[in-house]
Amino acid sequence: MSDNQKVDKARRNLVVATSVVGGAASIGAAIPFVASMLPSERAKAAGAPVEVDFSRLAPGELGIFEWRGKPVWVIRRTKAMLDSLKAVTASLTDPASHSSIQPEYAKNELRAIKPEFMVVEGVCTHLGCSPQLKTAEAKAEMGADWEGGFYCACHGSKFDFAGRVFRGAPAPTNLTVPPHTFLSDSTLLIGDDKKGA
Amino acid sequence: MASRLMALWDWFDSRMPSVGEEFRKHMSEYYAPKNFNFWYYFGVLSMLVLAVQIVSGIFLTMNYKPDAALAFGSVEYIMRDVPGGWLIRYLHSTGGSAFFLVVYLHMFRAMLYGSYKEPRELVWIFGVLIYLALMAEAFLGYLLPWGQMSYWGAQVIVNLFGVVPFIGPDLALWIRGDYVVSDATLNRFFALHVIALPLVLLGLVVAHILALHDVGSNNPDGVEIKKNKDANGRPVDGIPFHPYYTVKDTVGVVVFLAIFCIVMFFLPEMGGYFLEYNNFIPADPLKTPEHIAPLWYFTPYYSILRAVPPLFNSQFPGVAAMGIATLILFLLPWLDRSPVKSIRYRGVYYKSALAMFIVAFLVLGYLGVKPTTVWGQFGFDAFFLDTKDRATWAARVCTVIYFAFFILMPWYTAQDKVKPVPDRVTM
Repeated sequence: MSDNQKVDKARRNLVVATSVVGGAASIGAAIPFVASMLPSERAKAAGAPVEVDFSRLAPGELGIFEWRGKPVWVIRRTKAMLDSLKAVTASLTDPASHSSIQPEYAKNELRAIKPEFMVVEGVCTHLGCSPQLKTAEAKAEMGADWEGGFYCACHGSKFDFAGRVFRGAPAPTNLTVPPHTFLSDSTLLIGDDKKGA
Repeated sequence: MASRLMALWDWFDSRMPSVGEEFRKHMSEYYAPKNFNFWYYFGVLSMLVLAVQIVSGIFLTMNYKPDAALAFGSVEYIMRDVPGGWLIRYLHSTGGSAFFLVVYLHMFRAMLYGSYKEPRELVWIFGVLIYLALMAEAFLGYLLPWGQMSYWGAQVIVNLFGVVPFIGPDLALWIRGDYVVSDATLNRFFALHVIALPLVLLGLVVAHILALHDVGSNNPDGVEIKKNKDANGRPVDGIPFHPYYTVKDTVGVVVFLAIFCIVMFFLPEMGGYFLEYNNFIPADPLKTPEHIAPLWYFTPYYSILRAVPPLFNSQFPGVAAMGIATLILFLLPWLDRSPVKSIRYRGVYYKSALAMFIVAFLVLGYLGVKPTTVWGQFGFDAFFLDTKDRATWAARVCTVIYFAFFILMPWYTAQDKVKPVPDRVTM
């Protein structure tokens, strides 16, 4: 089409209108495909609370339980472990857990209902790896000032025995405490605290 | 016999002349500079490896099961019970690493000789898109064996999308199709790995070559051979790609395949660098392996991710730095203000900048396969030391060099004292 040819306005408008409608239809057609990648009804339905027996844990031992496909830790903290929490407060990012996720009843210095039993999701708040238990004996590997806690091997984040993150780690917040409730002296319900549902 | 074949060709050619026309345009009458050197093998080798991956991939899908309960077992079944299955699997896994090796060398060649500079910006842009698609393809494929590294690697990378402000968590959920990496994730990664991204890759390769053949190939002297043509309109310093370079490339292909076969038959795991040991353990969502690292070709970017500390209680800066580190490659043609293309005629600024960049890239790559404690800790304390791990600080220095190479490029390439470029290519 050369410049000196007269443009038929009506025809041009028809072409534009057809293109716009066609474009809108293409976007509309993409919606069901994009939506099909969202979690299915079956995936949404999974995720019921789990009941765990923690009575077998020896002092200082870590138990790993599965809830919603994620590892949840129950740590039976010794007196030495609890004492270490006070010693490290100065080097933590969020010692009072203001910007971390936990139920109201776990928003205290020990981040627990019962000081002896720490219940926390074993999922690093950085990019989701599961950190490892490194006791105070691991000084050779973790540095001379290591008081014990957890170490995420993926990107080097360090946490204390209350799941609170040390400064200088890529993880921005403390480990998440899931809703939980003690059913008895030996069993625990993870995923439900009988407050809401 | 020969005349019968010629008659058959004439019959075909008169009905579909575009086949012959395209062959002449892209092969027998495509004039490439006569001074190509060693670095010019890696383009054709990338195409070779792509073909190897597609063929071996097709045969792997005949026995692989994209199901969280069956995937790990089906890969072991391929390795042990399928006739020649081990060979096809090792061909595909070695091919993955070989693909990145030749692509990295191909990209380095472009940086040596300024092949991204005007008029080849689009060639470079399609090339970077191929590189990004290749990274996506490698990441998606790595989940399929459903080993420990598959699982935790996917967990980390999908969570990278989760830290994007505002839309992050929903985006990560949409990518996984579940609240954790699960069967749904495996199934969709399989679909994307075997059909969606290979199609994208093939399309991009076609665009890359069409864009190249429209402007013509660069060469180690960075001289435009199209500026000097003979009476027939052919570049004086050009030779037809076929048969000259097809024959030369065949030699390169044979040497490459010999090395490739040595690795595939004798070192398919390459000491844990091509196939990580932890990936021979089935995925366990409750336990991250002692030491996790991505495969070697991702480690420079992984190091950048680890090196950047969180700001304002958000991990987004590290993720953004990693993303920008790859995307900044797109800007290279416009960041480089040098009047010359090839390193042969560049000055000391660019040469030292490129050398530092390569060293920083390799150090980042090395640190990425090691834990952050690999070089021990500083023996002193200071207010600015948020971590005392020496390796983290080394990675930070290298990250700064990586970005400085690009960000300062408009300045140092413009200031650089360049040498005069000859009119003709040199041999």
